[in-house]
Amino acid sequence: MIPVQYFLVLSALLFFIGVYGFISRRNLIAMLISIELVLNAVDINFAAINRLLFPGLNEGFFMTLFSIGVSAAESAVAIAIILNVYRNFKSDTVDSITNLKR
Amino acid sequence: MEYGYTAFILLLPLLSFLVLGLAGMKMQHKVAGLIGTCSLGLVTILSYMTAFQYFTADRVNGIYQTIVPYNFTWLPLGNLHFDMGILLDPISVMMLIVISTVSLMVHIYSFGYMHGEKGFQRYYAFLSLFTMSMLGLVLATNIFQMYMFWELVGVSSYLLIGFYYPLKPAIAASKKAFIVTRFADMFFLIGILTFGYYTDSFSFSFAGDIVMGQGTTPFIEGNMAKAVTAGACIIPTALVLMFIGGAGKSAMFPLHIWLPDAMEGPTPVSALIHAATMVVAGVYQIARMFPLWIQYAPEAMSIVVWVGVITAFYAAAVACAQSDIKRVLAFSTISQIAFMMVALGVSLPGHEAILDNHAQLGYMAGMFHLFTHAMFKACLFLGAGCIIHAVHSNEMFYMGGLRKYMPVTHVTFLISCLAIAGIPFFSGFSSKDEIITACMHYSPVVGWIMTGIAAMTAFYMFRLYYGIFWGTENVEAHEHHTPHEAPATMTIPLIVLTVITLGVGIYTTLGGFLGWGGSFGAFVSASGQDYTIHFDPQIAATSTIIAILSICLATYIYKGESQPIADRLYKTFPKLHRAAYKRFYQDEIWQYVTHRIIFRCVSTPIAWFDRHVVDGTFNFLAWGANEAGESIRPWQSGDVRQYAVWFLTGAVALVLILLCI
Repeated sequence: MIPVQYFLVLSALLFFIGVYGFISRRNLIAMLISIELVLNAVDINFAAINRLLFPGLNEGFFMTLFSIGVSAAESAVAIAIILNVYRNFKSDTVDSITNLKR
Repeated sequence: MEYGYTAFILLLPLLSFLVLGLAGMKMQHKVAGLIGTCSLGLVTILSYMTAFQYFTADRVNGIYQTIVPYNFTWLPLGNLHFDMGILLDPISVMMLIVISTVSLMVHIYSFGYMHGEKGFQRYYAFLSLFTMSMLGLVLATNIFQMYMFWELVGVSSYLLIGFYYPLKPAIAASKKAFIVTRFADMFFLIGILTFGYYTDSFSFSFAGDIVMGQGTTPFIEGNMAKAVTAGACIIPTALVLMFIGGAGKSAMFPLHIWLPDAMEGPTPVSALIHAATMVVAGVYQIARMFPLWIQYAPEAMSIVVWVGVITAFYAAAVACAQSDIKRVLAFSTISQIAFMMVALGVSLPGHEAILDNHAQLGYMAGMFHLFTHAMFKACLFLGAGCIIHAVHSNEMFYMGGLRKYMPVTHVTFLISCLAIAGIPFFSGFSSKDEIITACMHYSPVVGWIMTGIAAMTAFYMFRLYYGIFWGTENVEAHEHHTPHEAPATMTIPLIVLTVITLGVGIYTTLGGFLGWGGSFGAFVSASGQDYTIHFDPQIAATSTIIAILSICLATYIYKGESQPIADRLYKTFPKLHRAAYKRFYQDEIWQYVTHRIIFRCVSTPIAWFDRHVVDGTFNFLAWGANEAGESIRPWQSGDVRQYAVWFLTGAVALVLILLCI
């Protein structure tokens, strides 16, 4: 059996890659993908720790499924917003959305 | 319920106000007028039904019962509760008749007078509102309900005075009327609250247990005892405060200044509101609180008497010098209302005399004069409206010699003038004579002063009459525009009101001389028992002779084509004439007091304090919030990645802190 540490390392890597991507990217789609990475890191944690602590039970897996469902919905909404942003600003970078700034 | 239909007396005008107010502008003039007039016609029928049923019902111990068909609690406030309802007793039923009759006549009359005016529908809507509020005022079961309708009456008066709102004087007059009466009503409210606080009641239920003649304690005893133990002067103070409110509404000196200006409104409105109904609200209020006055504040009644006497004299003196016919009538109204006030005030010579028949006389006479005055003064105002309609001016200068052009108006005006002058067989005689008799019993000084003022009344009314219908004709103006008799819608109300004046006059005069029962005293009296009017022959003869003499004097001075005596008098006393013409500078005094003294010495410092201290505090707070916002603002850079960094840093910091703990 793969030790739990490997999963945690993978998830930590994914999380920080996601955070780095979110901070460093200007493109909205890239930022969205980075968020998905962060969410995936959490999902992996759920699954791994569930198997470690409560081996016969499934709550952690259900939570993972739930989280995947939520992130799917979230990305649908985010894509819709990005499309509208693109239509309005003719651009897909975050720097162009500065209307509220004086 | 026996008197269940009385609710419609209030609901019908309210309904027609809502219909005309909301949908009136989409209607034809005629339709709107018909809706208003028909609902008022129904109200009149209901009022007469109520009166018939009420006055023919069985009495208990010879007293009319107070009936409360409706009464429900609207707003409970601890011990106190604010009710709404309908109360029927002799004076409220009598007022129902007066208001509905005059209002119906005015509705019909306005068809002719307001024909083709812009805002015809609005006019009828306001008339309905006014009628509803006035009826609500007289039918109130408690002082607070009365106060509420009292203010509604004030509002409708304001709206109707300012009916010609494009004209500056109309706006100024409406504001003046509203502010002056509102100022007086402040005292009324204080009085009500004082009274309610100490007695735990706003109710008029005392009116049911009539005081005079019965010798029983009239009140919910505990409550009044509480007020009396709290301080002997509390109830008199509350009553006097309420009287100030009544004096404002009834245009008593020195709060009368709004009434002459209120003549800027359409003339039928002056007839309805500023002659017959609204301005007697103060008199009605005193009559309503009458059991309280005589039981707890008999000494304070002398305030009412003297305010009344001064007002009556002042207004009569000013009326002798005015040239605008509506102003003459306005001052005559003030003077006549003062007569009613005096009559109510003198009805109490002292406690020991409560059982005395004469003690009741003043109350009965005051109410009687209210009734007769409403009829003939409405007729005079409507007549004045016909004249203004014919010559397109209020000034007597443009009139003179109108009798051949306007026969109906001439005859009805003459009869009403005879009534107000107090000639036997016209209604004013009976009521005014009773007032003077009551005054004579109170004190001969007041009695003779009032007789003198009655003589002045006869004089200025006939000066007005001769100035309009005889005297010098303004041929130039009349050739340019020949005066004509008013249309039937305008003359019929005049005839109806004249018939009432004549009928009441003949019946009561004969009744008074022959001692018939069944005259006015059989319906309204302080004790609720039958009161038989009996003229005192000496007083009747004196006042008749004096009235006839003053009419002769007016005839001698003003009837002719040229008026040498009037001119000579004018030249001899130019200052006096000018002072009287300027209403003895009352308006200027008020102007001075309010602008120079109150505004400058009180309002200006308060305004400074408000602007600099109160506003300053809040402006400082707002400035602080604004500055704080400005300094935080750069944090909102609009750069999402920067937010993310901050967010991440925060999260990490939070985790570290939690770990350390």
